[in-house]
Amino acid sequence: MTALLELREVHTSYGISRVLFGVSLEVARGECVCLLGRNGVGKTTTMRSIMGLTTPAEGTILWRGEDITGWPPHLVARAGIGFVPEDRRIFGELTTWENLDVAQRVAARRGPWTIEAVYDLFPKLRELADRPGGFLSGGEQQMLTIARTLMGNPELLLLDEPSEGLAPLVVDQLLERILLLKRQGLTILLAEQGVDFSLALADRVYVLEKGAVRFSGPAAALRDDAALRHELLAL
Amino acid sequence: MEPSFLFGQFLGGLTAAMFLFLIASGLSLIFGVLRVLNFAHGSFYMLGAYLAWQIVRWVGPEGEGFWLAALGAALGVAILGAAIERLLLRHLYRREELYQLLFTYALVLVLADVAKVTWGTGQLSVSRPPSLSGSLQLLGITVPHYNLFIILLGPTIALVFWLLLQRTAIGRVVRAAALDREMLSALGANVGWIYTGMFFVGSFLAGLGGALVTPTQSIVPGMDVAVIVDAFIVVVIGGLGSFWGTFLGALIFGQVLAFGILVFPGFSIFAVSALMATILVVRPWGLLGRPIR
Repeated sequence: MTALLELREVHTSYGISRVLFGVSLEVARGECVCLLGRNGVGKTTTMRSIMGLTTPAEGTILWRGEDITGWPPHLVARAGIGFVPEDRRIFGELTTWENLDVAQRVAARRGPWTIEAVYDLFPKLRELADRPGGFLSGGEQQMLTIARTLMGNPELLLLDEPSEGLAPLVVDQLLERILLLKRQGLTILLAEQGVDFSLALADRVYVLEKGAVRFSGPAAALRDDAALRHELLAL
Repeated sequence: MEPSFLFGQFLGGLTAAMFLFLIASGLSLIFGVLRVLNFAHGSFYMLGAYLAWQIVRWVGPEGEGFWLAALGAALGVAILGAAIERLLLRHLYRREELYQLLFTYALVLVLADVAKVTWGTGQLSVSRPPSLSGSLQLLGITVPHYNLFIILLGPTIALVFWLLLQRTAIGRVVRAAALDREMLSALGANVGWIYTGMFFVGSFLAGLGGALVTPTQSIVPGMDVAVIVDAFIVVVIGGLGSFWGTFLGALIFGQVLAFGILVFPGFSIFAVSALMATILVVRPWGLLGRPIR
């Protein structure tokens, strides 16, 4: 059986600065896979490469066995990959509802996710429907950016540092919602610096270092082995 | 000074302002979404004027052919604008902004020569449509119906565009594209076509402005450069990319022009330039613009 998503030896640069040096990884349907590593090791660049926002210089990205390397972002999105960026990228002058409506209109895929359905997932957003996105708190913006991406009814969700800059209580609520999405069968590729958050969600882990995969294995291996965790992440 | 004379100056300034708004709003719209400063916008305005003259010549000056000419000219310019964006300009988005400026400036030179070769260097004129050739007495002065039409058309177009942007699905998508094009594409939008669409609409407004101005002034080579300078001043005053800022900038520009000339001839040009310079120093993002985006 082929993986839902597969990266083979992906090299990506921004201009003359090389960021990824041959990243290979696989995500199977229904899995939650986490990219772990410190700031600047290439987690975001890996996601941007998958999404077509930064085209890899070398290597291949396969989606359901089809080569999607170099596809423009809108075609990658329409093929079923949803991207939740690190900095959230809410349309600040548009209201919560307008953010969701725009996402629904530009998405070519129809499915279970409608505005009502994401309001049920994040009831807070229903109360904030008429508030401009720029006036939401960090946690509310994080809910909105996930909800907005769900409007495209993705099969795979790329979640870039969802817990970044949020209060612990908010992180717990978010974790619980993402776990719910996972149980509903959504495949997730998560990028995180926070070990607790990622190990609570992930089935498998790739640890990145200097733009390459340093370790890959089941999340349980890292969860149970403090020495290994320390060695890989210096925590 | 007679109150009626001042009222006449005011109406004259208002008419000029509405023409400026038509042109500058297209410039501002294109900049707001594409982040491209289109020097050739004045050339599209000039082509609108020449095309209107050409169509009037084909259909005959009698009857209401002028309206057909105005619409046809605006559409023709819009199609040309969209084609230029699709075939040429889009290859420059990833380059430095300097290349885009050079490209649109090159368009100014090319289109000016195309106009000279096609329509010559003489003055051309178009008469007002019969339905608006009359005039009425208003507070002691004679106001042509056509000028009143322009004064009413400006706010109407402003309101229609504002409603389209704020209240419709397409408007929401366009605003999202202006705010974050990359994110919108990652959500599944083909931003390339949104850009082409905005260039179409912006060029349409330039072409319409050029066509509608023909009954009030003659068509001459050089009107492209004259109008782009005025349009730049309007958007700098109002705030580049700000919709109502452009409207306000045009109103201010029109009135300064109309009343500045009373001080002494030539003062009005000085006054608008001084106003623009002051705004650039005090509030570089314009009266209704936003500091950084």
